Amino acid sequence: MGSTPSLPAWEIRNLANTTGFTSEQIEILHRRFLHLTDGKTTMSKDCFDNIPDLDCNPIKSRIVNAFFDGRNLGLQTSGTVDEITFENFLTTLSFFQHMDDNHTKEDLEYYKNEKLQFLFRMYDTNGDGKITLEELREIVDELLSKTSNAEKTSSSIADAAMLEAANICVGQMIAKNPAKEQAINFWKAKPLCPGTDSLAGGKYELAS
Amino acid sequence: AEVMGRARSVVGWVLLTALAVLLCCPAALSSLDEEHPDSDTEHGESHGGNETGFHIVSFHWENVQTPYVIALWILVASLAQTVFHLSEKVTLVVPESILLIVLGLILGGIVWAADHTASFTLTPNVFFFYLLPPIILDAGYFMPNQQFFRNIGSILMYAIIGTVWNTVTTGLSLYGVFRTGIMGNLDAGLLEFLLFGSVIAAVDTVAVLTVFEEIHVNEALFIVVFGESLLNDGVTVVLYNVFNSFVAVGAGNIQGLDYFKGIVSFFVVSLGGIAIGIIFGFLLSLVTRFTKHVRVIEPGFVFVISYLSYLTSDMLSLSAILTIAFCGICCQKYVQANLCEQSIITVRYTMKMLASGAETIIFMFLGVSAVDTTIWTWNTPFILFTLVFISVYRVIGVVAQTWILNHYRVVQLEMIDQMVMSYGGLRGSMAFALVVLLDLKHVHEKRLFVSTTIIVVYFTIIFQGLTIKPLVKWLKIKRSQQKEPSLNEKLHERAFDHIVSAIEDISGQIGHNYLRDKWSRFDKKYLSKIMMRKSALISQDNLLSIFRELNLKDAISYLSEGERQGSLMFMHSSNDVNIDFTGPRYSVIDSSISAVLRESASDVCLDMKALENRVKSLKDQEEIVTHHTLQQLLYKPRKRYKLNYSRHKLVHNEGVKQDKEIFQQTMKKRLENLKSSKLGANHNIAFKNTKKEKGAKKKHSDAVPNRNLPTQSLALHADKDTQDVQPGQLIQENQGESNEKSVSDVEGHYDPSDGGISFLITPANNESDETRTGNSKSIPSPPPLPSPTTLDEKPISRKDDHVSQEDLSSEKPSRIFPSYLQKTWMQSYTSLENVESQVSTVSEHVAAQEESSTEIVLKATVDKTEEAKLNEDDHSTQLDREALDVKVQCAETLNEELEDNCPKDAALQEQKPLIIKDSKMHSAAAKRVQNRRSFHRPKPLRYPVLQKLGSLPVSCHIPPHSLEQEETQF
Repeated sequence: MGSTPSLPAWEIRNLANTTGFTSEQIEILHRRFLHLTDGKTTMSKDCFDNIPDLDCNPIKSRIVNAFFDGRNLGLQTSGTVDEITFENFLTTLSFFQHMDDNHTKEDLEYYKNEKLQFLFRMYDTNGDGKITLEELREIVDELLSKTSNAEKTSSSIADAAMLEAANICVGQMIAKNPAKEQAINFWKAKPLCPGTDSLAGGKYELAS
Repeated sequence: AEVMGRARSVVGWVLLTALAVLLCCPAALSSLDEEHPDSDTEHGESHGGNETGFHIVSFHWENVQTPYVIALWILVASLAQTVFHLSEKVTLVVPESILLIVLGLILGGIVWAADHTASFTLTPNVFFFYLLPPIILDAGYFMPNQQFFRNIGSILMYAIIGTVWNTVTTGLSLYGVFRTGIMGNLDAGLLEFLLFGSVIAAVDTVAVLTVFEEIHVNEALFIVVFGESLLNDGVTVVLYNVFNSFVAVGAGNIQGLDYFKGIVSFFVVSLGGIAIGIIFGFLLSLVTRFTKHVRVIEPGFVFVISYLSYLTSDMLSLSAILTIAFCGICCQKYVQANLCEQSIITVRYTMKMLASGAETIIFMFLGVSAVDTTIWTWNTPFILFTLVFISVYRVIGVVAQTWILNHYRVVQLEMIDQMVMSYGGLRGSMAFALVVLLDLKHVHEKRLFVSTTIIVVYFTIIFQGLTIKPLVKWLKIKRSQQKEPSLNEKLHERAFDHIVSAIEDISGQIGHNYLRDKWSRFDKKYLSKIMMRKSALISQDNLLSIFRELNLKDAISYLSEGERQGSLMFMHSSNDVNIDFTGPRYSVIDSSISAVLRESASDVCLDMKALENRVKSLKDQEEIVTHHTLQQLLYKPRKRYKLNYSRHKLVHNEGVKQDKEIFQQTMKKRLENLKSSKLGANHNIAFKNTKKEKGAKKKHSDAVPNRNLPTQSLALHADKDTQDVQPGQLIQENQGESNEKSVSDVEGHYDPSDGGISFLITPANNESDETRTGNSKSIPSPPPLPSPTTLDEKPISRKDDHVSQEDLSSEKPSRIFPSYLQKTWMQSYTSLENVESQVSTVSEHVAAQEESSTEIVLKATVDKTEEAKLNEDDHSTQLDREALDVKVQCAETLNEELEDNCPKDAALQEQKPLIIKDSKMHSAAAKRVQNRRSFHRPKPLRYPVLQKLGSLPVSCHIPPHSLEQEETQF
């Protein structure tokens, strides 16, 4: 492991500034990146097949796609890229960073919004800025174990979830066509936020 | 039922006492022998003198005495267990170990009264050579390897540091108190106190594991406690040996070097033991590779070689416990790959049988051994201080170590976990065996130590064992007073959990993963090649096994397809009400898979509280169903897998199944992609029934597959028919229940009660169509119309964890009744109204029956599919042919059943009041059936809810108009 080429110091500093990771974390992640790519500088989707534990994840493809989603990488364009660099990799991972208390309120709000956007995109597969019932159904379908009635169950659960969301965002017809702004509202407004908060609030830390 | 139960337990006790008397007889006999040996022999001689020649029958008690007594003891222990489990209420509250100890005390008392010597005690020899190895081997063999090694750091910390800490602090504190003079004059020095500390330090945490089933326990806590309980026995024995030899040498003769040697020997003994265990484990794996042709003795190797490893290690004065534990851990993978299916099952059950039996005997003898005046010396301060110190230091140790560990752990051990760990510091048989092993020559206060240990063991097992469950429940309740999460919260939180765990995987805890990758590569390259059979290696290949399972699934869908068609034809020929029976078959088969998959899903319904809070309106009830399904069906992220270990039960871990399922799905997706790319968009392939394809259909909503149209219209017909049949069917269910008791055959169970579910499912099949059209035109789907059956069934059956599927399906039809059917529905409803009041009064009984019946149904189907699975696995090559066979068979049986049911149905409609009475009469029996069938069900929680539901006037569940309004707004 010792022979892996490490990043030049200036680049680490740059990355640390843009992504908010510490240089130590960046080095760890860089090693991991090289481990996954077998030493190449860019990463393709196949690289994620090397992670055995990931195979057990029911929404694996969604998560992997998130890494290649142009919107997550700040490219402004929707659609996916084929290969990502280490910087892109870090950018995506930075969505999962633990937020300390030493940020200002606006910052925290901003990051929270970013995180929500990221998650929203993970649900919004076709990239039109809306989570449609169909898309929600898909994800419910993926999350449910495939047992007999799951087909019907998942759609009914999705229906119920949409209805619930619609009830919370009073009077807005989100269920049919959630506009992006509204949808974000819906993410915030619905009492889901404990979940998101825990995601934002550091369930995941890079300490290891 | 109660009377019966009491009668049974009385019978049990009578049996036990009879056995006890029986046990005492040999004791009395032998004592008689001892007292009057001369007269006896004289007598015998004189007899011998009189009766010369040949004896046809003679009495040779002496020849069989020892094995006979041993066998009797084992029989008593096993019978005791059987008796305890006759009444669930007792074992739910009082741990089995306590009951066994009490029984032991009673038996010991009887033996004492008869004999005046303690003839049967738990001797260290028996304990270490015969009783302990199976227990440790069992724990090692069933240890979830991956998690164990992932948490090895924490486990080692708790096992080694924790034990040393307990030993040293307890020993030193007791010595300190002794020096103050409170304890009076004891002939013991510091070393003796430390030795006693090491004896009393062994924590038997397996008892806690049983409590874990009822509370939310994360994987980390489970594995840490399990691992600790496995390893700290070994550590304790090593420590004990070190101190014991110090004591033997004498405090005065020990030099500095000896202390150093003691520390070195600690590591040598432990690591050496582990090394021997690993060697034997691999040796065992290697042996099983070549046992293909001696299948009958195959399982024997596992036990013999493991036991040999234990003895070898003991011979080398290494830690035998660690040896056999690691032997079990190392061999499990290869053994399970090498042995054939039946042998694996044999090994598992034998392992459990031995371990469970050994533990039962140990606890019973713990009771028996206490009845012996020669071992008792009372010293109140010593005993009290020991109790205080072990509890306090356990808490301090756990909290301190957890505090340190939490700095390094990704999954933190929380407050409640620490509470459980500290309070779960029960002392077990290990302490007793070790203290009895002490040498009176060197340890002059052995008697005091023994009696103190017995008190400590009794106190921890009885007091803490009894209180830990309520305590944890209380803590749990305090913690879970948050508000009920909404559907979205639940759903998305689960999704986020998955995402987070995936990110964890991707970013990787490099150290762990790296080592693990290295190891698995090494394993694949060398170890597996050496130690696994070639065939096992091939079948290890995930792809093949998945393919096999896919085949099985396809076979099942073929089968249901065939039945569908066959039954449709059947309908054409007779065009009677019975079309509905086609649907259920399909769903039953399908749901049986799910039942297999979720059979080990949480026994405790987590939604109980939710249920109580939420039973307000029909809509809420629907929500509950959804919630419940969500709870049941959502894939659990890795952290939430429920790991289970129980010494007395074989536990299936659901995680593995889930992983397999996910993998299967992805494989299936890929396969279908491949198929569709090859065949174009042609959906007319044979297995159209599979869900994925249905999903695909949904997407191409304009291109309606040809098969869909007819079924839809048929289903609508079916709807109409069901309208008319509903009351009858409702009753028929009751009838089904009452039938069940008389029919013991499993097959017989599920056709009648199927009927109740069946008609609900047929229409549900085209629900997707309905909603789809509703969607694309953005027209709200028809408002839910509660049907009479849903009214009755829903509130009741919801309680049952296993029935969620039926629940859902039973709920469905109400939703999708087309509006033009409302009229008919209303008619049938009004006609039912007077019946309903009756029904609601018996609803409680019905509920009990329903529970039992649905469970039986599930069980039956589970059995069936499991059987099928086994068959398929065995002859994987003939799979297709077999599937066809199965199909034909099932189709035949189905037809028969249909014909059976057909006349019954019509007749039933007229008989309904009678049958309701009937069901009332039989309800007691039904309850008993249920009692017997369902273990681990939180009944006390369930019944209040039931009554609540039952007492609600049925009509208040049906606000169709208000519901309509609510829904149309959406």
